Amino acid sequence: MPGLFIDVKVDPEVAKDATLAAKLAEVCPVSIFKASERGLEIVESELDECVLCDLCLEVAPGKVEIVKLYEQK
Amino acid sequence: MRFYEYEAKALFARHGLPMGASRVVESAAAAREAFDAIGGPCVLKGQVLSGGRMKAGAVKFADTADEAAAHFDAIMPVEVKGQKSRSVLVESKSEIVQEYFAAVTWDGRAKRPVLVFSDMGGIDIEEVAETHPDHVSKTHFSSILPLSPRVAKEAIGATGVTGSDLNRLTPIIFELMQLFLRYDLTLAEINPIGKLADGRFIVLDGHIDLEAEARGIHKELLDELGIGDDETRQARPPTEFEIAGARVNAVDHRGVAGNVVEFDGNLGLVIGAGGGSLTLFDAVRKHGGKPANYCEIGGNPSVSKARELTKLILGKPGVERIAVMMNVVSNTRVDIVARGVVSGCIESGKDPAEAIAIFRIPGAWEDEGFKILEKYGVEYCDRSVSMYEAAGRAVAKMGAGS
Amino acid sequence: MSILISKDTRFIVQGITGREAINLTRENLDYGSKIVGGVTPGRAGRDVYGVPVYDCVRDIVKAHGAVDGSIVCVPPRFTQDAVFEALENEVKLIVVVTENVPRREVAQMVELAELRGARIIGPNCLGMISPDEAKMGGIGGPAANTRQAYTPGNIGVMSRSGGMTTEIASTLTNAGLGQSTAVSIGGDAIIGSSYAELMPLFEADPDTKAIAIYSEPGGRMEAELADWIRTNKSRLPVVAFMAGRFMDEMQGMRFGHAGTIVEGVEDTTAEKIKRMEAAGISVAERIEEIPELLRKRLAEVN
Ligand code: SF4
Repeated sequence: MPGLFIDVKVDPEVAKDATLAAKLAEVCPVSIFKASERGLEIVESELDECVLCDLCLEVAPGKVEIVKLYEQK
Repeated sequence: MRFYEYEAKALFARHGLPMGASRVVESAAAAREAFDAIGGPCVLKGQVLSGGRMKAGAVKFADTADEAAAHFDAIMPVEVKGQKSRSVLVESKSEIVQEYFAAVTWDGRAKRPVLVFSDMGGIDIEEVAETHPDHVSKTHFSSILPLSPRVAKEAIGATGVTGSDLNRLTPIIFELMQLFLRYDLTLAEINPIGKLADGRFIVLDGHIDLEAEARGIHKELLDELGIGDDETRQARPPTEFEIAGARVNAVDHRGVAGNVVEFDGNLGLVIGAGGGSLTLFDAVRKHGGKPANYCEIGGNPSVSKARELTKLILGKPGVERIAVMMNVVSNTRVDIVARGVVSGCIESGKDPAEAIAIFRIPGAWEDEGFKILEKYGVEYCDRSVSMYEAAGRAVAKMGAGS
Repeated sequence: MSILISKDTRFIVQGITGREAINLTRENLDYGSKIVGGVTPGRAGRDVYGVPVYDCVRDIVKAHGAVDGSIVCVPPRFTQDAVFEALENEVKLIVVVTENVPRREVAQMVELAELRGARIIGPNCLGMISPDEAKMGGIGGPAANTRQAYTPGNIGVMSRSGGMTTEIASTLTNAGLGQSTAVSIGGDAIIGSSYAELMPLFEADPDTKAIAIYSEPGGRMEAELADWIRTNKSRLPVVAFMAGRFMDEMQGMRFGHAGTIVEGVEDTTAEKIKRMEAAGISVAERIEEIPELLRKRLAEVN
């Protein structure tokens, strides 16, 4: 489930890439990404805490999308 | 955070400061027992945080156990500056030949601890300083170099005290200086220190203030004294609402959304930061508004903290609307606060457009924040509307709505 | 001209990988500040927006040479150690952002700074800015927002409240008055640099023509400022805004910053206003009155 304000969409490819998952978990300052044995998990309860810092986009260019739900009609 | 006298004395006892025998009692029967155990004339002192106990009648002397019991009953209902005693300290009464004063506090201007000593204790020290300046010494000392007793010796000597009095007082005062730094105190005071007929000195009364910020560091001491986390020891005890506010702020360490103080008006305030809150509270009052609370958001709180604070304030009985206002923000983000208050309204079952009288937070990430407010139809303004004007608009809405 | 910071100031960020520090690093870089490195123990080798991260200050100095300043943005219990670390690596200007550091630890930091000939700004502050030159700290927020609030000019700003520093600057900017340097000095009971301690720097800065300050109940800092102005026959007119007037009726309650509590008459706004006015400081009741008062006082000087 997305947050009220923010949704984070991740390319399914990344979800399986353990190294990239670990990197995402490390850079996100509000712990939206969680790296587990199964790959990447999105911590839904934290989605609305996203600070739009773009650090996840930097480590996984083109593979992560931050959606601002308040910009949608 | 002020200690009761019995707590201050427990701390002094831990560090071997000389004191008369004493016991804290919570019933007349216990007062009687304490008198018998101490065995001799006693003084009974109501345990309140405010000064002026003697004048108010919360300090009484007993020569018999019956008297001690009667005094207990007399002291408990007495109000000292609006506060009643939580218990009574029964302490052996000694013959005192002279009283002294010693206190260590921070001098914010010198940025050093300062030791104030006087050989005219027991009375108002500010008054002594004015009428008998040569009987009061003020001695700054380093908070970083090793402490040494010579500072205490010099401070005592500066008031003309010499001989064995000087040598007997020095270790007591030196201990006070050590306590001050060791426990992150903002005030360590012994007033008076009494000189007994045989030349010994004892601590008669003491004041301890521990810095609120250092409570975590001294958890062990506070546990030992039985001081719980919910005891804020402000000038008045915290209300349920304020305790709930403290809980909201403790949810996570990101930023501040708390310092809630309860008032009895109808306009809930979600305001910040430290200085902005003071400014806005003044402005709301100046416009004739009735704040339901004071609070502070700042340091970029998490969305969840801002949300919980909003829910708490909206849930307060009598609150009709909230005004969300801050100074131009730098590190706190407009969009994060907007997310918090909007979701707080929704989770409280209210329409943000109705519940939020005005949103005036310009500054960091305002474009993102304003987009959120637009979407939910909340009235907002940018920096072209002053804090004073924004407060006026919120107050005006209350008048129209009720 | 300006005080404390210019576009040539090279500084570091201690605690650079934290949520707030990441934010502030990006904002400072965007504004044109020179950040040469950051510290987070155990994170050496990472980078934050291109700023290399090291385990300790010593390693930055080894790799990049001496630095002028540091922003300390670490949790309260690590703050004193971080400041000591900066001081012992000859950093001479330290901005302490962290809030809730106990007084004893602050006093010890300040005392060591004195021994090392260094200056501390804060704690519990947002740093400072010399508009269009550089900023050091979160002051003003993102670069675009910062440019909106701060413009170069002749007013020196000092404030115990970080947020109100920008509110005042923004009001000045809207009224066409720019700033030489604005310093958020911190709201704690003990801080590294008080109004009076920064006055000599503004006094010596030819571009500063007047001062605006934000003030609140508690402490003796306004009295100290009033004394300084009188003893030094300052050339600078000063306008103050006083907040927290409601607190005069609420002795012993703590509101706002750690240093803000009315314990005695001297802490009240009424008493502070009296003292400041006696020293020739104009006191505004609303922020929007500040520009007008400054203009009036500047006209009197010329
Ligand atoms: S933009 Fe920043 S806060 Fe948001 S998910 Fe990405 S890394 Fe986390």
